[in-house]
Amino acid sequence: MFDFRLIADSVPFLLKGAVYTVQVSVLAIVFGLVLGWALGLIAVAGPGWLRAIAWAYVQFIRGTPLLVQIFLIYFGLPALGINVPAFWSGVIALGLNSGGFQAEIVRAGIESIDRGQAEAARSIGMSSLQALLLILVPQTIRRVIPPLTNELITLTKSSSLLSAIAVLELTHAGQAIIARTFAPFEIYAAVAVMYLVLIAVLSRGSALLERRVFVNY
Amino acid sequence: MAPILRVERLSKSFGATTVLDDVSLSVEKGEILIVIGPSGSGKTTLLRCIHCLEHPDRGRIVLDGVPFGHAGGEGAAWQPDPPRELDAKRRRVGFVFQRFNLFANLTALDNVSIGPRRVLGLPAAEARARAAALLGRLGLTEHAAKLPSQLSGGQQQRVAIARALSMEPLLMLFDEPTSALDPELVDEVLQTMRQLARSGMTMIVVTHELDFAREVGDRVLFMDGGRLVEEGRPEEVFSRPREERTRAFLRRLLRTGAPHHPIDHEAPPTTDTIADRRA
Repeated sequence: MFDFRLIADSVPFLLKGAVYTVQVSVLAIVFGLVLGWALGLIAVAGPGWLRAIAWAYVQFIRGTPLLVQIFLIYFGLPALGINVPAFWSGVIALGLNSGGFQAEIVRAGIESIDRGQAEAARSIGMSSLQALLLILVPQTIRRVIPPLTNELITLTKSSSLLSAIAVLELTHAGQAIIARTFAPFEIYAAVAVMYLVLIAVLSRGSALLERRVFVNY
Repeated sequence: MAPILRVERLSKSFGATTVLDDVSLSVEKGEILIVIGPSGSGKTTLLRCIHCLEHPDRGRIVLDGVPFGHAGGEGAAWQPDPPRELDAKRRRVGFVFQRFNLFANLTALDNVSIGPRRVLGLPAAEARARAAALLGRLGLTEHAAKLPSQLSGGQQQRVAIARALSMEPLLMLFDEPTSALDPELVDEVLQTMRQLARSGMTMIVVTHELDFAREVGDRVLFMDGGRLVEEGRPEEVFSRPREERTRAFLRRLLRTGAPHHPIDHEAPPTTDTIADRRA
Protein backbone atom coordinates (compact mmCIF):
# COMPACT_ATOMS: atom_id res chain seq x y z
CA MET A 1 0.00 0.00 0.00
CA PHE A 2 0.95 3.66 -0.22
CA ASP A 3 3.70 4.17 2.37
CA PHE A 4 3.73 7.73 3.75
CA ARG A 5 6.51 6.95 6.21
CA LEU A 6 8.80 6.15 3.35
CA ILE A 7 8.00 9.48 1.73
CA ALA A 8 8.60 11.35 4.97
CA ASP A 9 11.97 9.64 5.33
CA SER A 10 12.90 10.51 1.76
CA VAL A 11 11.99 14.17 1.91
CA PRO A 12 15.37 15.50 3.11
CA PHE A 13 17.22 13.70 0.30
CA LEU A 14 14.64 14.75 -2.28
CA LEU A 15 14.91 18.36 -1.11
CA LYS A 16 18.63 18.24 -1.77
CA GLY A 17 17.77 17.10 -5.29
CA ALA A 18 15.22 19.91 -5.58
CA VAL A 19 17.90 22.43 -4.63
CA TYR A 20 20.05 21.11 -7.48
CA THR A 21 17.09 21.36 -9.82
CA VAL A 22 16.56 24.99 -8.82
CA GLN A 23 20.24 25.80 -9.18
CA VAL A 24 20.62 24.22 -12.58
CA SER A 25 17.35 25.76 -13.79
CA VAL A 26 18.09 29.29 -12.58
CA LEU A 27 21.55 29.25 -14.13
CA ALA A 28 20.20 27.83 -17.40
CA ILE A 29 17.37 30.39 -17.39
CA VAL A 30 19.82 33.27 -17.03
CA PHE A 31 22.05 31.81 -19.75
CA GLY A 32 19.05 31.14 -21.96
CA LEU A 33 17.65 34.66 -21.48
CA VAL A 34 20.91 36.29 -22.49
CA LEU A 35 21.32 33.98 -25.48
CA GLY A 36 17.64 34.22 -26.44
CA TRP A 37 17.59 38.04 -26.45
CA ALA A 38 20.88 38.21 -28.31
CA LEU A 39 19.65 35.79 -30.99
CA GLY A 40 16.23 37.44 -31.13
CA LEU A 41 17.72 40.91 -31.65
CA ILE A 42 20.05 39.52 -34.30
CA ALA A 43 17.09 37.93 -36.04
CA VAL A 44 15.29 41.27 -36.42
CA ALA A 45 18.18 43.70 -36.78
CA GLY A 46 21.43 41.84 -37.39
CA PRO A 47 23.44 41.77 -40.61
CA GLY A 48 22.44 39.06 -43.07
CA TRP A 49 25.23 36.58 -42.35
CA LEU A 50 24.65 36.77 -38.60
CA ARG A 51 20.91 36.34 -39.12
CA ALA A 52 21.62 33.23 -41.15
CA ILE A 53 23.71 31.78 -38.32
CA ALA A 54 21.01 32.58 -35.77
CA TRP A 55 18.40 30.97 -38.01
CA ALA A 56 20.47 27.80 -38.47
CA TYR A 57 21.04 27.63 -34.72
CA VAL A 58 17.33 27.87 -33.94
CA GLN A 59 16.56 25.20 -36.54
CA PHE A 60 19.10 22.86 -34.97
CA ILE A 61 17.79 23.40 -31.44
CA ARG A 62 14.18 22.93 -32.49
CA GLY A 63 14.91 20.00 -34.75
CA THR A 64 16.86 17.76 -32.38
CA PRO A 65 15.81 16.12 -29.09
CA LEU A 66 16.97 17.82 -25.91
CA LEU A 67 18.34 14.51 -24.61
CA VAL A 68 20.58 14.25 -27.68
CA GLN A 69 21.73 17.84 -27.15
CA ILE A 70 22.56 17.02 -23.51
CA PHE A 71 24.59 13.97 -24.58
CA LEU A 72 26.35 16.01 -27.26
CA ILE A 73 27.54 18.49 -24.63
CA TYR A 74 28.27 15.95 -21.90
CA PHE A 75 30.18 13.51 -24.08
CA GLY A 76 31.25 15.93 -26.78
CA LEU A 77 33.07 18.56 -24.74
CA PRO A 78 35.48 16.04 -23.14
CA ALA A 79 36.17 14.67 -26.62
CA LEU A 80 37.32 18.18 -27.53
CA GLY A 81 39.57 18.17 -24.49
CA ILE A 82 37.28 20.37 -22.39
CA ASN A 83 36.40 18.80 -19.07
CA VAL A 84 33.15 20.05 -17.66
CA PRO A 85 31.44 18.55 -14.60
CA ALA A 86 28.02 16.98 -15.22
CA PHE A 87 26.26 19.86 -13.43
CA TRP A 88 27.75 22.49 -15.72
CA SER A 89 27.21 20.32 -18.79
CA GLY A 90 23.57 20.35 -17.79
CA VAL A 91 23.47 24.12 -17.36
CA ILE A 92 25.10 24.66 -20.74
CA ALA A 93 22.88 22.16 -22.57
CA LEU A 94 19.64 23.50 -21.06
CA GLY A 95 20.72 27.11 -21.60
CA LEU A 96 21.68 26.53 -25.23
CA ASN A 97 18.40 24.74 -25.82
CA SER A 98 16.24 27.33 -24.10
CA GLY A 99 18.08 30.18 -25.81
CA GLY A 100 17.03 28.82 -29.18
CA PHE A 101 13.36 28.73 -28.21
CA GLN A 102 13.52 32.10 -26.46
CA ALA A 103 15.06 33.64 -29.58
CA GLU A 104 11.90 32.82 -31.48
CA ILE A 105 9.71 34.28 -28.73
CA VAL A 106 11.74 37.51 -28.67
CA ARG A 107 11.78 37.81 -32.47
CA ALA A 108 8.03 37.32 -32.73
CA GLY A 109 7.50 39.74 -29.83
CA ILE A 110 9.49 42.53 -31.46
CA GLU A 111 7.81 41.95 -34.81
CA SER A 112 4.38 42.16 -33.18
CA ILE A 113 4.96 45.80 -32.15
CA ASP A 114 3.09 48.19 -34.44
CA ARG A 115 5.26 49.36 -37.35
CA GLY A 116 4.27 52.96 -36.57
CA GLN A 117 6.34 52.86 -33.38
CA ALA A 118 9.57 52.28 -35.27
CA GLU A 119 8.60 54.81 -37.93
CA ALA A 120 7.88 57.45 -35.31
CA ALA A 121 11.26 56.76 -33.73
CA ARG A 122 12.99 57.14 -37.09
CA SER A 123 10.96 60.27 -37.80
CA ILE A 124 12.62 62.13 -34.93
CA GLY A 125 16.02 61.06 -36.18
CA MET A 126 16.71 58.01 -34.05
CA SER A 127 18.98 55.40 -35.59
CA SER A 128 17.44 51.98 -36.16
CA LEU A 129 19.42 50.68 -33.17
CA GLN A 130 18.06 53.44 -30.92
CA ALA A 131 14.54 52.74 -32.16
CA LEU A 132 15.05 49.07 -31.33
CA LEU A 133 16.56 49.51 -27.89
CA LEU A 134 14.65 52.58 -26.63
CA ILE A 135 11.22 51.98 -28.13
CA LEU A 136 10.67 48.43 -29.38
CA VAL A 137 12.47 46.34 -26.76
CA PRO A 138 10.82 47.96 -23.72
CA GLN A 139 7.42 47.29 -25.29
CA THR A 140 8.43 43.76 -26.19
CA ILE A 141 9.52 42.82 -22.66
CA ARG A 142 6.06 43.02 -21.19
CA ARG A 143 4.49 41.34 -24.18
CA VAL A 144 6.77 38.29 -24.03
CA ILE A 145 6.50 37.59 -20.30
CA PRO A 146 3.69 35.01 -20.72
CA PRO A 147 5.34 32.98 -23.53
CA LEU A 148 8.72 33.26 -21.82
CA THR A 149 7.16 31.94 -18.62
CA ASN A 150 5.96 28.88 -20.51
CA GLU A 151 9.45 28.39 -21.84
CA LEU A 152 10.99 28.68 -18.38
CA ILE A 153 8.51 26.14 -17.02
CA THR A 154 9.45 23.76 -19.83
CA LEU A 155 13.11 24.30 -19.07
CA THR A 156 12.68 23.59 -15.35
CA LYS A 157 10.82 20.37 -16.04
CA SER A 158 13.30 19.37 -18.74
CA SER A 159 16.08 19.50 -16.15
CA SER A 160 14.83 16.05 -15.11
CA LEU A 161 16.54 14.77 -18.27
CA LEU A 162 19.84 15.60 -16.60
CA SER A 163 19.30 12.45 -14.49
CA ALA A 164 20.61 10.69 -17.60
CA ILE A 165 24.02 12.27 -17.09
CA ALA A 166 24.07 11.67 -13.35
CA VAL A 167 23.35 15.18 -12.15
CA LEU A 168 21.84 14.58 -8.74
CA GLU A 169 18.78 16.75 -9.38
CA LEU A 170 15.28 15.97 -8.16
CA THR A 171 14.44 13.12 -10.55
CA HIS A 172 17.80 11.46 -10.11
CA ALA A 173 17.54 11.80 -6.34
CA GLY A 174 14.22 9.98 -6.58
CA GLN A 175 15.75 7.24 -8.69
CA ALA A 176 18.53 6.80 -6.14
CA ILE A 177 16.01 6.32 -3.34
CA ILE A 178 13.97 3.90 -5.44
CA ALA A 179 17.09 1.80 -6.06
CA ARG A 180 17.33 1.29 -2.29
CA THR A 181 13.64 1.06 -1.34
CA PHE A 182 11.92 -0.47 -4.40
CA ALA A 183 8.98 1.93 -3.93
CA PRO A 184 8.77 3.74 -7.28
CA PHE A 185 5.14 4.85 -6.92
CA GLU A 186 5.55 6.67 -3.60
CA ILE A 187 8.82 8.29 -4.52
CA TYR A 188 7.81 9.42 -8.02
CA ALA A 189 4.61 10.81 -6.54
CA ALA A 190 6.65 12.82 -4.06
CA VAL A 191 8.98 13.95 -6.86
CA ALA A 192 6.02 15.05 -8.95
CA VAL A 193 4.57 17.10 -6.08
CA MET A 194 7.90 18.84 -5.60
CA TYR A 195 8.06 19.78 -9.30
CA LEU A 196 4.52 21.06 -9.04
CA VAL A 197 5.49 23.36 -6.17
CA LEU A 198 8.55 24.65 -8.01
CA ILE A 199 6.52 25.43 -11.13
CA ALA A 200 3.77 27.09 -9.08
CA VAL A 201 6.33 29.44 -7.54
CA LEU A 202 7.73 30.25 -10.99
CA SER A 203 4.27 30.99 -12.44
CA ARG A 204 3.34 33.17 -9.51
CA GLY A 205 6.57 35.15 -9.83
CA SER A 206 5.97 35.69 -13.50
CA ALA A 207 2.40 36.87 -12.91
CA LEU A 208 3.64 39.37 -10.34
CA LEU A 209 6.30 40.60 -12.74
CA GLU A 210 3.71 41.12 -15.44
CA ARG A 211 1.27 43.03 -13.24
CA ARG A 212 3.46 44.92 -10.79
CA VAL A 213 6.88 45.53 -12.25
CA PHE A 214 5.92 46.49 -15.78
CA VAL A 215 3.31 49.21 -15.81
CA ASN A 216 0.16 48.65 -17.72
CA TYR A 217 0.50 50.31 -21.11
CA MET B 1 14.68 84.06 -51.48
CA ALA B 2 15.52 80.39 -52.00
CA PRO B 3 12.72 77.98 -51.11
CA ILE B 4 13.22 75.96 -47.93
CA LEU B 5 12.13 72.75 -49.67
CA ARG B 6 12.47 71.91 -53.31
CA VAL B 7 11.11 68.67 -54.75
CA GLU B 8 12.06 68.03 -58.36
CA ARG B 9 10.55 65.45 -60.68
CA LEU B 10 9.89 62.87 -57.96
CA SER B 11 8.69 59.46 -59.15
CA LYS B 12 7.95 56.26 -57.33
CA SER B 13 6.28 52.96 -58.13
CA PHE B 14 5.28 50.04 -55.97
CA GLY B 15 5.64 47.16 -58.38
CA ALA B 16 3.58 48.00 -61.44
CA THR B 17 1.66 50.80 -59.71
CA THR B 18 2.98 54.30 -60.18
CA VAL B 19 2.23 56.27 -57.02
CA LEU B 20 4.25 59.38 -57.78
CA ASP B 21 4.65 60.52 -61.33
CA ASP B 22 7.07 63.37 -61.94
CA VAL B 23 6.00 65.56 -59.02
CA SER B 24 7.75 68.88 -58.48
CA LEU B 25 7.02 71.51 -55.87
CA SER B 26 8.70 74.04 -53.70
CA VAL B 27 7.86 75.55 -50.34
CA GLU B 28 8.98 78.94 -49.06
CA LYS B 29 9.94 79.55 -45.47
CA GLY B 30 6.83 80.09 -43.37
CA GLU B 31 4.51 78.90 -46.11
CA ILE B 32 1.59 76.55 -45.43
CA LEU B 33 1.08 74.16 -48.31
CA ILE B 34 -2.10 72.11 -48.32
CA VAL B 35 -2.21 68.86 -50.30
CA ILE B 36 -5.58 67.40 -51.23
CA GLY B 37 -6.58 64.55 -53.49
CA PRO B 38 -8.50 61.30 -53.63
CA SER B 39 -7.39 57.96 -52.24
CA GLY B 40 -4.30 56.54 -53.87
CA SER B 41 -3.38 59.89 -55.39
CA GLY B 42 0.09 59.70 -53.82
CA LYS B 43 -0.29 62.40 -51.13
CA THR B 44 0.89 60.20 -48.28
CA THR B 45 3.69 58.71 -50.35
CA LEU B 46 4.81 62.21 -51.27
CA LEU B 47 5.13 63.17 -47.60
CA ARG B 48 6.81 59.88 -46.74
CA CYS B 49 9.33 60.41 -49.55
CA ILE B 50 10.10 63.94 -48.37
CA HIS B 51 10.82 62.43 -44.96
CA CYS B 52 12.65 59.44 -46.49
CA LEU B 53 10.40 56.94 -44.77
CA GLU B 54 10.10 55.71 -48.35
CA HIS B 55 12.74 56.19 -50.98
CA PRO B 56 11.63 57.56 -54.33
CA ASP B 57 12.79 55.82 -57.51
CA ARG B 58 14.11 59.03 -59.01
CA GLY B 59 14.03 62.76 -58.54
CA ARG B 60 15.58 65.30 -56.21
CA ILE B 61 14.69 66.58 -52.74
CA VAL B 62 16.59 69.59 -51.42
CA LEU B 63 15.93 70.85 -47.90
CA ASP B 64 17.41 74.22 -47.01
CA GLY B 65 20.11 73.80 -49.65
CA VAL B 66 21.02 70.25 -48.58
CA PRO B 67 20.01 67.44 -50.94
CA PHE B 68 18.44 64.27 -49.57
CA GLY B 69 19.86 61.15 -51.15
CA HIS B 70 22.41 61.14 -53.89
CA ALA B 71 20.53 61.38 -57.14
CA GLY B 72 23.00 61.33 -59.98
CA GLY B 73 22.32 63.30 -63.12
CA GLU B 74 18.93 64.21 -64.51
CA GLY B 75 16.60 61.20 -64.27
CA ALA B 76 19.15 58.95 -62.58
CA ALA B 77 17.98 56.38 -60.03
CA TRP B 78 17.71 57.48 -56.41
CA GLN B 79 20.58 56.57 -54.12
CA PRO B 80 19.59 56.69 -50.44
CA ASP B 81 21.89 58.46 -47.99
CA PRO B 82 24.00 56.28 -45.73
CA PRO B 83 22.00 55.59 -42.52
CA ARG B 84 23.83 58.05 -40.28
CA GLU B 85 23.46 60.94 -42.70
CA LEU B 86 19.84 60.10 -43.29
CA ASP B 87 19.10 60.08 -39.54
CA ALA B 88 20.73 63.50 -39.21
CA LYS B 89 18.79 64.98 -42.12
CA ARG B 90 15.53 63.54 -40.90
CA ARG B 91 15.80 65.44 -37.62
CA ARG B 92 15.25 68.68 -39.50
CA VAL B 93 11.82 67.62 -40.70
CA GLY B 94 8.95 66.92 -38.30
CA PHE B 95 6.37 64.29 -39.21
CA VAL B 96 2.89 63.97 -37.74
CA PHE B 97 1.26 60.61 -38.45
CA GLN B 98 -2.37 59.91 -39.09
CA ARG B 99 -2.38 57.37 -36.25
CA PHE B 100 -0.25 59.50 -33.85
CA ASN B 101 2.24 56.69 -33.18
CA LEU B 102 3.17 57.97 -29.75
CA PHE B 103 5.69 55.74 -28.01
CA ALA B 104 3.37 53.48 -26.03
CA ASN B 105 5.86 52.77 -23.26
CA LEU B 106 6.62 56.42 -22.47
CA THR B 107 4.68 59.20 -20.75
CA ALA B 108 3.65 62.26 -22.73
CA LEU B 109 6.60 64.18 -21.31
CA ASP B 110 9.06 61.40 -22.14
CA ASN B 111 7.62 61.11 -25.64
CA VAL B 112 8.54 64.75 -26.18
CA SER B 113 11.87 64.75 -24.33
CA ILE B 114 13.35 61.52 -25.70
CA GLY B 115 14.35 63.11 -29.02
CA PRO B 116 16.21 66.06 -27.50
CA ARG B 117 17.76 63.75 -24.91
CA ARG B 118 18.78 60.76 -27.03
CA VAL B 119 19.08 62.20 -30.51
CA LEU B 120 20.26 65.76 -29.88
CA GLY B 121 22.18 64.70 -26.78
CA LEU B 122 20.88 67.45 -24.47
CA PRO B 123 21.36 66.94 -20.71
CA ALA B 124 18.34 65.21 -19.17
CA ALA B 125 17.18 68.28 -17.23
CA GLU B 126 17.35 70.49 -20.30
CA ALA B 127 15.50 67.96 -22.46
CA ARG B 128 12.75 67.70 -19.86
CA ALA B 129 12.52 71.46 -19.57
CA ARG B 130 12.17 71.79 -23.33
CA ALA B 131 9.49 69.08 -23.39
CA ALA B 132 7.60 70.64 -20.48
CA ALA B 133 7.67 74.04 -22.19
CA LEU B 134 6.31 72.56 -25.42
CA LEU B 135 3.54 70.69 -23.64
CA GLY B 136 2.70 73.91 -21.83
CA ARG B 137 2.54 75.82 -25.09
CA LEU B 138 0.09 73.28 -26.47
CA GLY B 139 -1.99 73.27 -23.27
CA LEU B 140 -1.02 69.73 -22.27
CA THR B 141 0.78 70.35 -18.99
CA GLU B 142 -1.75 68.42 -16.92
CA HIS B 143 -1.26 65.34 -19.12
CA ALA B 144 2.55 65.31 -18.97
CA ALA B 145 2.77 62.26 -16.71
CA LYS B 146 0.17 60.19 -18.54
CA LEU B 147 0.81 57.30 -20.87
CA PRO B 148 -0.58 57.52 -24.42
CA SER B 149 -3.21 54.89 -23.55
CA GLN B 150 -4.59 57.30 -20.94
CA LEU B 151 -5.03 60.16 -23.44
CA SER B 152 -7.80 60.88 -25.93
CA GLY B 153 -6.97 60.73 -29.63
CA GLY B 154 -6.90 64.52 -29.84
CA GLN B 155 -4.55 64.80 -26.89
CA GLN B 156 -2.34 62.07 -28.34
CA GLN B 157 -2.10 63.89 -31.64
CA ARG B 158 -1.19 67.14 -29.91
CA VAL B 159 1.54 65.36 -27.94
CA ALA B 160 2.72 63.90 -31.25
CA ILE B 161 2.92 67.43 -32.67
CA ALA B 162 4.91 68.49 -29.60
CA ARG B 163 7.21 65.51 -30.11
CA ALA B 164 7.91 66.56 -33.69
CA LEU B 165 8.48 70.17 -32.59
CA SER B 166 10.92 69.07 -29.89
CA MET B 167 13.52 68.53 -32.61
CA GLU B 168 13.11 72.16 -33.73
CA PRO B 169 12.46 71.18 -37.34
CA LEU B 170 12.70 73.49 -40.33
CA LEU B 171 9.59 71.99 -41.81
CA MET B 172 6.58 70.09 -40.43
CA LEU B 173 4.76 67.42 -42.44
CA PHE B 174 1.21 66.43 -41.47
CA ASP B 175 -0.24 63.22 -42.91
CA GLU B 176 -4.03 63.53 -42.49
CA PRO B 177 -3.55 64.44 -38.84
CA THR B 178 -7.27 64.51 -38.01
CA SER B 179 -8.72 61.70 -40.08
CA ALA B 180 -8.26 59.03 -37.39
CA LEU B 181 -10.00 61.19 -34.77
CA ASP B 182 -13.53 61.20 -33.45
CA PRO B 183 -15.30 64.26 -34.90
CA GLU B 184 -15.47 66.13 -31.60
CA LEU B 185 -11.69 65.85 -31.17
CA VAL B 186 -10.77 67.28 -34.55
CA ASP B 187 -10.99 70.93 -33.54
CA GLU B 188 -8.43 70.86 -30.75
CA VAL B 189 -5.86 69.44 -33.17
CA LEU B 190 -6.71 71.96 -35.90
CA GLN B 191 -6.48 74.71 -33.28
CA THR B 192 -2.96 73.55 -32.39
CA MET B 193 -2.03 73.54 -36.06
CA ARG B 194 -3.42 77.06 -36.53
CA GLN B 195 -1.35 78.21 -33.60
CA LEU B 196 1.70 76.61 -35.17
CA ALA B 197 0.99 78.21 -38.54
CA ARG B 198 0.71 81.64 -36.91
CA SER B 199 4.08 81.12 -35.22
CA GLY B 200 5.67 81.07 -38.67
CA MET B 201 6.32 77.34 -39.01
CA THR B 202 6.67 76.00 -42.53
CA MET B 203 4.12 73.24 -43.03
CA ILE B 204 2.91 70.76 -45.62
CA VAL B 205 -0.49 69.43 -44.62
CA VAL B 206 -2.31 66.55 -46.28
CA THR B 207 -5.90 66.97 -45.21
CA HIS B 208 -9.57 66.77 -46.12
CA GLU B 209 -10.46 69.64 -43.77
CA LEU B 210 -11.40 72.17 -46.43
CA ASP B 211 -12.34 74.96 -43.99
CA PHE B 212 -8.99 74.64 -42.30
CA ALA B 213 -7.25 74.55 -45.67
CA ARG B 214 -9.04 77.69 -46.82
CA GLU B 215 -8.33 79.56 -43.61
CA VAL B 216 -4.70 78.59 -42.95
CA GLY B 217 -3.33 77.48 -46.31
CA ASP B 218 -1.21 79.79 -48.44
CA ARG B 219 -1.34 77.43 -51.37
CA VAL B 220 -3.30 74.31 -52.29
CA LEU B 221 -2.05 71.46 -54.36
CA PHE B 222 -4.44 68.93 -55.86
CA MET B 223 -3.02 65.50 -56.65
CA ASP B 224 -4.61 62.67 -58.59
CA GLY B 225 -3.12 59.40 -59.85
CA GLY B 226 0.33 60.34 -58.59
CA ARG B 227 0.39 63.59 -60.56
CA LEU B 228 0.14 67.17 -59.53
CA VAL B 229 -3.04 68.28 -61.27
CA GLU B 230 -3.68 71.78 -60.02
CA GLU B 231 -2.08 74.30 -57.78
CA GLY B 232 -3.14 77.72 -56.57
CA ARG B 233 -4.36 79.93 -53.76
CA PRO B 234 -7.02 78.17 -51.64
CA GLU B 235 -9.85 80.49 -52.64
CA GLU B 236 -9.06 79.94 -56.33
CA VAL B 237 -8.75 76.19 -56.18
CA PHE B 238 -11.79 75.71 -53.96
CA SER B 239 -14.06 78.27 -55.62
CA ARG B 240 -12.96 78.19 -59.23
CA PRO B 241 -11.04 74.98 -59.88
CA ARG B 242 -9.65 74.97 -63.40
CA GLU B 243 -9.41 71.21 -63.84
CA GLU B 244 -12.40 68.92 -64.19
CA ARG B 245 -10.78 66.33 -61.94
CA THR B 246 -10.40 68.90 -59.16
CA ARG B 247 -14.03 69.91 -59.54
CA ALA B 248 -15.19 66.29 -59.37
CA PHE B 249 -13.09 65.63 -56.27
CA LEU B 250 -14.33 68.73 -54.46
CA ARG B 251 -17.94 67.90 -55.33
CA ARG B 252 -17.51 64.42 -53.92
CA LEU B 253 -15.78 65.68 -50.79
CA LEU B 254 -18.48 68.28 -50.10
CA ARG B 255 -21.18 65.66 -50.57
CA THR B 256 -19.59 63.12 -48.18
CA GLY B 257 -18.49 66.03 -46.09
CA ALA B 258 -15.34 66.98 -44.31
CA PRO B 259 -15.53 64.94 -41.10
CA HIS B 260 -15.88 67.91 -38.73
CA HIS B 261 -18.94 69.44 -40.37
CA PRO B 262 -21.64 69.11 -37.70
CA ILE B 263 -24.17 67.71 -40.16
CA ASP B 264 -21.91 64.84 -41.06
CA HIS B 265 -21.10 63.60 -37.60
CA GLU B 266 -22.71 60.30 -38.35
CA ALA B 267 -21.08 59.89 -41.74
CA PRO B 268 -18.95 56.78 -42.04
CA PRO B 269 -15.31 57.28 -42.93
CA THR B 270 -14.89 57.85 -46.64
CA THR B 271 -13.31 55.08 -48.65
CA ASP B 272 -10.56 57.60 -49.12
CA THR B 273 -9.37 57.62 -45.54
CA ILE B 274 -9.69 53.88 -45.22
CA ALA B 275 -7.63 53.25 -48.31
CA ASP B 276 -4.99 55.75 -47.21
CA ARG B 277 -4.72 54.11 -43.85
CA ARG B 278 -3.98 50.86 -45.57
CA ALA B 279 -1.38 52.43 -47.82
